[in-house]
Amino acid sequence: MQKSPIKANGLNHYFGSGDARIQAIFDINLEITRGSLTILMGPSGSGKTTLLTLIGCLREIQEGSVTLLGQELFGADEAMFVSLRRRLGFIFQAHNLHESLTATQNVLMGLQVHGTGDAARQRAAAHHILGLLGLADRRDYLPGNLSGGQKQRVAVARALVSNPEIVLADEPTAALDKDSGHTVVQMLKSLGQARGTTTVIVTHDPRILEMADRIITLEDGRIVSDTLQ
Amino acid sequence: MSRLLTFLFGRLPIGWLQLTHSRGRFVAAVAGVAFANLLVFMQLGIMGALNTSTVAPYAMLNADIILSSEDGNTLTDGGHIPRVRMFQALGVAGVRDATPLFIGNLPFTLEDGTSVSLLSFGLNVAKPAFTNPGIAAHLDRLSLESTALLDEDTRGMPASVIADLQAGGQYSFETGGNTLTAIGTMKVGGGFLADGMMMMSDQTFLRVFPKRSSGAPNHILIRTDDGVSVTSVISRLEAALPAGNLRIQTMAGSAQSDKAYMSTERPTGIIFGFGVFMGILVGLVIVYQVLSTDVADHLREYATFKAMGFGQPFFLGIVFEEAIILAVFGFIPGFLVSVGLYNALVAVTGLPVAMEASRAVLVFLGTLTACSLSGAVATRRLANADPADLF
Ligand SMILES: Nc1ncnc2c1ncn2[C@@H]1O[C@H](COP(=O)(O)OP(=O)(O)OP(=O)(O)O)[C@@H](O)[C@H]1O
Ligand SMILES: [Mg+2]
Repeated sequence: MQKSPIKANGLNHYFGSGDARIQAIFDINLEITRGSLTILMGPSGSGKTTLLTLIGCLREIQEGSVTLLGQELFGADEAMFVSLRRRLGFIFQAHNLHESLTATQNVLMGLQVHGTGDAARQRAAAHHILGLLGLADRRDYLPGNLSGGQKQRVAVARALVSNPEIVLADEPTAALDKDSGHTVVQMLKSLGQARGTTTVIVTHDPRILEMADRIITLEDGRIVSDTLQ
Repeated sequence: MSRLLTFLFGRLPIGWLQLTHSRGRFVAAVAGVAFANLLVFMQLGIMGALNTSTVAPYAMLNADIILSSEDGNTLTDGGHIPRVRMFQALGVAGVRDATPLFIGNLPFTLEDGTSVSLLSFGLNVAKPAFTNPGIAAHLDRLSLESTALLDEDTRGMPASVIADLQAGGQYSFETGGNTLTAIGTMKVGGGFLADGMMMMSDQTFLRVFPKRSSGAPNHILIRTDDGVSVTSVISRLEAALPAGNLRIQTMAGSAQSDKAYMSTERPTGIIFGFGVFMGILVGLVIVYQVLSTDVADHLREYATFKAMGFGQPFFLGIVFEEAIILAVFGFIPGFLVSVGLYNALVAVTGLPVAMEASRAVLVFLGTLTACSLSGAVATRRLANADPADLF
């Protein structure tokens, strides 16, 4: 297993074309250690989300190189993207749960992407992680009947249930009040530590900074500070 | 249901859960498919009745080959042929017997003053082998002058008259200056073809149709010897009989071409065909609307699934799952209501409208195909689900 599951080298990214073309990411060089919790900060428009989507196989690499779990993403095809995405866990700012599926069913989707198989075991695994996140009594609720914090915890369960090697989260606490936001990140961290997961969280939330192993700050698409704690 | 589908697909039945989550839309979609099914079933039912009516008179007859005039359209709508063809045919090897068949329309005024027309068949009553057993049993009585068998479904005929006839009574009536006496009934089921039908001897026929001549029947029926192939007799007939305004067909072939004529060359057939087309179109549009709105409404969820690593086949699977669910759930009420309406139609019009298993299967398969097609078009919208837009 690689020591650095995420590496970037000379990474640039542009939006638009012709005269309207703007550069959002400038010459990013980065190595993230396995099992660490990294927080990505910076003002609005500094390129945090763009960087996260480049790392997370959600955008094609235009210039430079990203090595994810030992695979070069520059020039990678859709099939490679799809198979790498299955080894990641995403947590979005909005919970993005499927409104027609119960909490358990939403979590099951995180397992079924790897193939179906023993349904009873998958169900047990989904129930287990929902229990770890304090949702044992809510597991058969539809998202419409859950609070914002509970929904985001279901989203965390969905991202973590398949034991991803990397978890990428973009402002997972933005839609939550302070307490539930703190709880969600706390859970993300403790579950990640227990499983050796590499976690990258984009956030503005100062209350969660103390939990990070490393804080990287972006400004105008460049890394302006990088501190280990 | 959800459990059954989970078992069938080996995954969560996302399509089912998604469709049934917005109950109102699901009901509307199912109602739309059911309505389209109903349209198609009604058109096909009436078209089927038209076909059944068209060929119903064939069931009265019992022959292998029929000689007709070439310019005729159907059994009951055509010209005459010379009776001499019958004598020529009798000389051909393999022909066991032949008899002329006369067909004409008799006007008849009901007791309430409305006039209907009775499609009348005149046959040689000395040859019962040329009719079905039900009619053959009455043939010797038809040799009495001016007697006839009356169609028990004759429109406007009082039920008491029919019941009385069936009980052995008689019923005399005026037509075109002649008196005819019905001495029994027969069942034909040709609702679209005529208000009613009659079977009589050729002698009676020629009396009530004074303008017709015994030398010019409408058709000549031929029965072949046992064990000879009908097609070989037909080729021999074709060689032996003078060409020109003569068509030689098997009875089944003649019935088939009558059906083809009625459904493709007559306005009624074309109108019903158009109705079927409209029904299919309505179904296609409704299902497409529902599925593509559903895809559009769930783009965010689909994008999330894409980010999680689900590939294109998974999404296509969801859309087709929905298409098939709509097809099945729409077909069931569409089918049941159609059967009800068929029965109502039979009760009101007496047309031979019936649900055939083959039609039900065909419409179901058509519904599946149409729904899948709509689904296939709707999946184009999936391309809009871009996981990079999620953050
Ligand atoms: N799809 C896009 N098309 C064009 N420009 C884009 C697109 N996405 C981002 N940008 C631009 O790229 C730059 C970086 O955007 P990005 O979303 O990565 O910033 P961010 O750090 O995540 O900001 P925020 O804190 O507001 O989420 C911004 O100038 C933004 O306007
Ligand atoms: Mg952002």
